[in-house]
Amino acid sequence: MTTIGTHTHDTRTCPTCEAKPEAGTTTQRLELQRIELSVAGLSCAGDAAPLAAQLERLPGVREAMVNPVTERAVVVFDPGAIGIEAIIGVLEERGVDVGRTAARWRLKVSGLKCASCVRRVEQAVEGVPGIHDASVNLATETLTIEYTPKRTDLAAVRGTVRAEGFDLGPEPIRPVEAAAPSPGDVNAREFRSLMRKFWFAAAVSIPTIVFSYPTIFGMRGILPPESMTLRLVWGALGLLTLPVLLYAGGHFYRGLWAAFRHRTADMNTLIGVGIAAAWLYSTVAVLVPSLFPRGDLAEVFYDVTAVVTALVVLGQALEVKAKGRSSEAIRKLIGLQPKTAHVVRGGREIEIPAQEVVLGDIVVVRPGERISVDGEITEGGSAVDESMVTGESLPVEKHVGDPVIGATINKTGSFKFRATKVGKDTVLSQIIRMVEQAQGSKAPIQRLVDLVSSYFAPAVMILALLGFMIWYTFGPQPAVAYALIVFVTVLIIACPCALGLATPTSLMVGIGKGAENGILIRSGQALETAHKLDTIVLDKTGTMTKGQPSVTDVVAAASDAAFVLRMAASVERGSEHPLGEAIVAGAQSRGIALGESTAFEALPGRGVKAVVEGKAVVLGNRRLMEERAYEVGDLAAAADRLADEGKTPMFVAVDGKIIGIVAVADTLKEDTVAAVRTLKNMGLEVVMLTGDNRRTADAIARAVGVDRALAEVLPETKADEISRLQAAGKRIAMVGDGINDAPALARADIGIAMGTGTDVAIEAADITLVKGSLRGVITAIQLSRATMRNIKQNLFGAFIYNSLGLPVAAGILYPAFGILLSPLIAAAAMAFSSVTVVTNANRLRGFVPKGV
Amino acid sequence: MTLDKVLVDIVGLATIGVIIWYFWLSQSRGVLAAVSGGMQSALIVVKGGYTPDTIVVQRGRPVRLIFRREESALCSERVVLPAFDKSAVLPEGEEVPIEFIPTEPGEYPFTCHMGMLRGRVVVE
Repeated sequence: MTTIGTHTHDTRTCPTCEAKPEAGTTTQRLELQRIELSVAGLSCAGDAAPLAAQLERLPGVREAMVNPVTERAVVVFDPGAIGIEAIIGVLEERGVDVGRTAARWRLKVSGLKCASCVRRVEQAVEGVPGIHDASVNLATETLTIEYTPKRTDLAAVRGTVRAEGFDLGPEPIRPVEAAAPSPGDVNAREFRSLMRKFWFAAAVSIPTIVFSYPTIFGMRGILPPESMTLRLVWGALGLLTLPVLLYAGGHFYRGLWAAFRHRTADMNTLIGVGIAAAWLYSTVAVLVPSLFPRGDLAEVFYDVTAVVTALVVLGQALEVKAKGRSSEAIRKLIGLQPKTAHVVRGGREIEIPAQEVVLGDIVVVRPGERISVDGEITEGGSAVDESMVTGESLPVEKHVGDPVIGATINKTGSFKFRATKVGKDTVLSQIIRMVEQAQGSKAPIQRLVDLVSSYFAPAVMILALLGFMIWYTFGPQPAVAYALIVFVTVLIIACPCALGLATPTSLMVGIGKGAENGILIRSGQALETAHKLDTIVLDKTGTMTKGQPSVTDVVAAASDAAFVLRMAASVERGSEHPLGEAIVAGAQSRGIALGESTAFEALPGRGVKAVVEGKAVVLGNRRLMEERAYEVGDLAAAADRLADEGKTPMFVAVDGKIIGIVAVADTLKEDTVAAVRTLKNMGLEVVMLTGDNRRTADAIARAVGVDRALAEVLPETKADEISRLQAAGKRIAMVGDGINDAPALARADIGIAMGTGTDVAIEAADITLVKGSLRGVITAIQLSRATMRNIKQNLFGAFIYNSLGLPVAAGILYPAFGILLSPLIAAAAMAFSSVTVVTNANRLRGFVPKGV
Repeated sequence: MTLDKVLVDIVGLATIGVIIWYFWLSQSRGVLAAVSGGMQSALIVVKGGYTPDTIVVQRGRPVRLIFRREESALCSERVVLPAFDKSAVLPEGEEVPIEFIPTEPGEYPFTCHMGMLRGRVVVE
């Protein structure tokens, strides 16, 4: 068996690692090791025990366990006596395809102190071939690695960790459990458990209702009021409803107790106290009716206990179900991760799990296949459907050199690409992390809710007690029965859940919906702020335009145009500025050979200078020429004309004398004009920010239709411009590429970065548009408005529900209208109010971005 | 007013008093975070609430709160520490650290996603 694990570090590790001792050589004899392997190919459960026995017979294996259900094998072995290959060999003999699945190994790491070490160790360990994921938990001081057994030298892992200055414990501290259940599984389990409780409580409810009110159900003859028979039947109901209280309502009491110990009260407290009060009252009435002034007052309310429990539990079950749908977006994203990839290794094309693709692998993609990781096309071309990541509905044409994004679908042709990002660095992984983080953040609007909910449940209990006292003291006869009904109804109708759920659920759906449309919203705060915006500042280059300018005009003062362009292009030879590249490309496309340039210097916001063939050449805008007191002369008119056309005139000066103008224009993106119009129709002021001169800026502003253009803004003063607008009381979103204008993005109320499709984790941005189109800005603002509207509906509904429901339950309508709520109706209302909130939040799932 | 009514009202008012005192007025004293290697850390068990729910730390030193969730109730699935812009998903049974450096003395609450469970960090 061959291992690739012998050459220890590949290109992913840091350069300093080369100075470290060769991994493995410093390793002494290892203690016992424990590994866990997937044995997915095991044909039947009966194979497990013989396989374990066979493994244990191997010399050096101390213990082997094979679990046919989880399909995992755990082997404890002495690495000095047996290699991991031998173990895998046995597994392979039995038809288990070990090479295709990852094993997990968890070890204690000692000496870890700082959070920065974590990343260092992870990176170093991930550099060991065969390891596809390493994560260090600082709190538990453990390292968990996921690796392909066939390709991994575990001694190298140990060596690598040592080289970083830490040590691995002798053996895994605990077995690695099977992968944590997905939220979906947890939800499903919770739902089933609640539904079982519901059916039980519902089944008990029917006889309980019938026998609690024999008169209504025509059994007055058999069970006359105050008869001994009726008392016995009621006693039986008490016994029947006790399991409802303890089993179906058991979680209320566990929650009640846990909350009580923490000096808090919640929904469990309210429901738990309510149904227990009804049951206890009834039981006292059955056992010692003599306590009541009149025999007919010794009524029972077992039906309240049973029916309220049934309804509330049903409500909780529906809520769990609905909540599951709220997190659908993230599950969809996770589900996008492809399972396998075809890579070329050793000249042969093999199929491997997608998570085993390493940097630099050449991956083959056929039509209809999902692209496994991020990369760059090296051969072939195709149209790729990127809608699931960027939200762009039309397939994108891809050629050699173009980037491809993992999880997108290849439509038409076949191609090969080189993997440039794998594992948790892929765009999809970054998106998933960002969305998860954002869905867990809080929107500022939640603050009021938090304040209310911290006082809510105890306040309801006080209200219930006051209700009881007032009804008992001043209410009609039978006072004790009315007082009890009011007490229970108040406790039950109150719904702190609807309040608590309102914001987070909508936020979760809204942020998830954004991700589906290629809009990554960093936090609840960002989502909330985005709906209050009144001004959108657009950085011109790369945002409104394609960011790829080209030479449109060359004006020569005296010499010929080719010379002007040649000088300009020669200067720009060393430049990476887009304008420079455009000029170089313009010269090359006209067949002009460039001269040698030295002493290149960029003058930010103004231009560049260099020495070309011994001549001092300066290329730049008018300001630069004026600063240097160069005579612009007749060229001023030409420059003005070009600027009026929205082009950027660049003066070319040789040895202090201006010889001509090279005009460069950046073309607008196709949808810029429409997008700006839509933004204005949405009531937003659109401002353009550009380093261009006033004329150019105005020309473009007119063509695009923006309200205002801020011209001649130097890159470093963009943030100041934002501050100036903010000082005028505007709430501003700044839209830029996230790299050159990071300070401005950070300064704005909302920074929106136009992603390049390959990097979405743009720090300065509150919102990242995966696909660099202004349409995303519109969708983001629409989504923010829709989500905030939804949140406000939810909060309004929840506040109104509680502030109407509670007084009515307390009997405020009774003196005037004789209306008193039944606890059963209260239970139904309460159960469905929280379901309504979650359902309303789920309506956001139907959000469709309106076209521009 | 008959005697039973007076009794009911007295007991009721007393209960209200107890509720107000127990849930709102009294506060647990809190637990001092353990200090090791310059890091102040505390383990918080999440089960129907946070135990301990008040952590006392010194300012200026990094704090590591380690959360271990011992229940499956969805409510406590996530812990949020808004003042430090931190939040974490708490898989059942796993220890999840949250780290931050408090600079200003004061009380900083941490809550579950819905704000029902509450705890606080007291920075001295």
